[in-house]
Amino acid sequence: MSSAAEEKAVGFARREAGRGLDFSRPILIAVTALLVVMIVLPMGWLIAYSLSDKQGTATLGNFVTLFTDPSFVDPLITTLIIAVSVSAICCIVAAPLGWLVARTDMPLRRIVRTLVMASLVTPPFVGAIAWEMLAAPNSGLLNQLWRSLTGMPSDEALLDIYSLTGLIFVIACYTFPYVFILVANALDRMPGELEDASSMLGAKTWQTARRITVPLALPTLLAGALVAFLQALNLFGSPAILAIPAGFHTLTTRIWSLFQFPPKPELAAAASLPLLLLTILLLRGQALALGRRGYAVLGGKYGEPRLVRLGAWRLPAAALALLVLAMPLFLPYAALFNSAFSRVASRLVTLDTITLHNVRFTFLELSSTMPALKNTFLLATLSATLGAVLALLIAYIVARRAVPGHRVLAFLATAPLAIPGIVLGVGLFLAYTRPPLTLYGTLWILLIAFITIELPAAYQQLSSAFHAVHPELEEAGRMLGASRLRTLADITAPLLRSAVIATWCFVFVAVIRELSAAVILFTSETKVLSVLIFDLKESGDVGAIAVLSLTMVAITTIVVAVANRFGGGREAGRLHARTAG
Amino acid sequence: MATVTRRRVLAGSAAIAAGSYAVQVRAAPEPQKITPALIEAAKKEGKLSWYTSVDLPVAEKIAKAFEAAYPGVSMKVERSGAERIFQRIGQEYQSKIYNCDVVNSSDAAHLIIWKRESMLASFLPEEVAKYFPKEHWDPDGMYASWRVTLSPIAYNTNLVKAEDAPKGFMDLLAPKWLGKIVKAHPGYSGTIMTATQQLSRDLGWSYFEKLAKQKVMQVQSAADPPKKVSAGERVVMADGTEYMVNLLQSRGEPIEEVYAVEGTPLVTGPSAVLARAANPNAARLFYAWSMTAEAQQLNVEVGALRSVHPLVKDRPERKKLSDIKTLREDAAAVADQADDIKARYLKLFKV
Repeated sequence: MSSAAEEKAVGFARREAGRGLDFSRPILIAVTALLVVMIVLPMGWLIAYSLSDKQGTATLGNFVTLFTDPSFVDPLITTLIIAVSVSAICCIVAAPLGWLVARTDMPLRRIVRTLVMASLVTPPFVGAIAWEMLAAPNSGLLNQLWRSLTGMPSDEALLDIYSLTGLIFVIACYTFPYVFILVANALDRMPGELEDASSMLGAKTWQTARRITVPLALPTLLAGALVAFLQALNLFGSPAILAIPAGFHTLTTRIWSLFQFPPKPELAAAASLPLLLLTILLLRGQALALGRRGYAVLGGKYGEPRLVRLGAWRLPAAALALLVLAMPLFLPYAALFNSAFSRVASRLVTLDTITLHNVRFTFLELSSTMPALKNTFLLATLSATLGAVLALLIAYIVARRAVPGHRVLAFLATAPLAIPGIVLGVGLFLAYTRPPLTLYGTLWILLIAFITIELPAAYQQLSSAFHAVHPELEEAGRMLGASRLRTLADITAPLLRSAVIATWCFVFVAVIRELSAAVILFTSETKVLSVLIFDLKESGDVGAIAVLSLTMVAITTIVVAVANRFGGGREAGRLHARTAG
Repeated sequence: MATVTRRRVLAGSAAIAAGSYAVQVRAAPEPQKITPALIEAAKKEGKLSWYTSVDLPVAEKIAKAFEAAYPGVSMKVERSGAERIFQRIGQEYQSKIYNCDVVNSSDAAHLIIWKRESMLASFLPEEVAKYFPKEHWDPDGMYASWRVTLSPIAYNTNLVKAEDAPKGFMDLLAPKWLGKIVKAHPGYSGTIMTATQQLSRDLGWSYFEKLAKQKVMQVQSAADPPKKVSAGERVVMADGTEYMVNLLQSRGEPIEEVYAVEGTPLVTGPSAVLARAANPNAARLFYAWSMTAEAQQLNVEVGALRSVHPLVKDRPERKKLSDIKTLREDAAAVADQADDIKARYLKLFKV
């Protein structure tokens, strides 16, 4: 910040002091302290633990174990294989699908787009459980179907989900939507003029695609590949469900297994660091890739891109899109509904065998259902509310350079992006199972975890929203004598309403499906829905899992739908307010 | 972090061992009746939390039966694998969280360790003192065998003919079972931890070395292999709980147990009241009730568990416990070897 601006800020503060109340400085200190508690402290303990042995003396022994003991090296290699494969598959699937949806006249393209986004509502571990029901080598519904169609012997299987390929497939199913959204959005924004020019100069459709569209979309695709890589790298639920029965670990499941008795937090901390470092490195790479794309479309307003006519390929293209959607959406939900209303998950439910037994058991007999639902709701609501408020505050301070040192806040708010859920879980566990803040066993530690995990996304959403509100509106308020807080509440907040609602919603949904940090931090009194499902998975109570998973997805869908409608209505209001302003 | 390891507990137990002579000389604590005063005090507390490793639907049925017997006291079941529960209680106690009122574990070694750590309350229900065989309750009244189960082999009767079924553990190493076996995990299940200790002692670790090469499907809970076998996901289970096999049979599922020629691992599952129970009276009431002939009979009926209560009638359709060749259970040895067993297991089975 320039010294002139600094003087201005100090001057503001003095005038405020003269006039009485201005909370900006205490708030800055409070926010910074909060971020330190949430991020710096756990990460500090993580590093400290990774460098010490059981007795607490300094050592590099943990890292020696990490890179020599096959029980760590194998998972590390496996994890990298998974991440690279998932990333490649996601690009291969998402790029053409994104192009079909954004740039062609494929039938059903709007529906396909909505459904791909909707498939993101499914928590990846629920997807993994559903795919177990479908493609377990012997009892899987698809394998049974295949056997009855082809007469394949009962000890052979078409699909084996308990394998490295199976795991890669399932992770890819729930990761490609991220890449898809990036690609489709980029193609939406891509200037149509360049393509038009190309075709006017006589290029064929495919030449235009190869020379213009693909190069322009490439940086986005690269960024998407990185997102997919990171997702696959840091995922815990799906590997825990599919890798362990197959007899192998990934790095995340191995870290989690170190919390079994006797717990080895030092090794868990050491094993977390490669994930952390790799994530930081890749995020830098992603920033570079996306930065380049930014230049590609810089400049005035471009015309709507023209849609490519698929001609005879329209129907095959739509069929292909639906086939892709069957993997994360149609098939898994069919399997979940089947298990929810059937006594035996491996048999197709018929009108004679349909039963409410699982529903009854889940809601009437299972004594952890209601507490878990309550905890989940409470945490999701609180995390969403506090997270949105915190992100709003930080975004405001940073966007308006309200106080010196705002850059540190911006950095802290985006830093958790580089912290995988399970690593944050381990860090928080190490930091808060000791005095002075023994938060373990309370909902607070989960609240901190959830807000921390979701803060970067919330901050980024709101910070871009802030750039849309011109500071002169606030300055007018300030000149008329309102304090900064009052200006924020009366002028800025109403203008940002739809962005805030979207952020709230985003955090709410993300918290409901969070497993990797929660699985380290829960106690019997602070169990959440995702952990309960995971617990049930370990004892093979498939019916209850199906009921709870469907409940979870239903809640999420309702919240998203309501907020969309609500938020959409506000969007109009916001525009109106802006015109009036 | 100062963790309570089994080894440290045992290393420090030499001193306690010297004192344990005195313990044995001292008379057993006074047996306790379920008095109206206890019931009243329990109702005042109104709730309790029960950590158990018994299969969830069974646990919930037992909880409902208790709630029906003593209206006004509600139960919360916290079910997980015994090894997870052991770890969880340890972790919670380190953070001074005392959520657990009554605990039941399928790894009897845990009770020995908790007792040495002074984590258990002495409470000897009259019914236990009067009926339970001496070896099934702690002389200091700290715990008693709430259930007994076995870890047999079992196979899917639709997929395997009775004459082709394995007769013992060594049969499982035949090439024809490659990729067809499911088994549970000693890092999760107390039943499997106990069974693994007995099998590694009597058959040697070479048995597990060879079994690991059979591409077994690895699940967590000992209640899961029977479910996987009856669903046809795998043909035969190398370990798992007997009661789940029996429960599935009574639902008409195609599964049949095999008591191995080498002997079947015997697994007692003791219960105890925690010394720092937040609801001490409700805890004692449930503990005392759970050992009564009615409650134990319920265990047999809804859970197909075995009972050491002499008044309890076993399920007529199954083999009597006394007619089955069982392997010797040695909880103290499990307490000593558990960490080593987990490490070896990880090495062989990779998970």
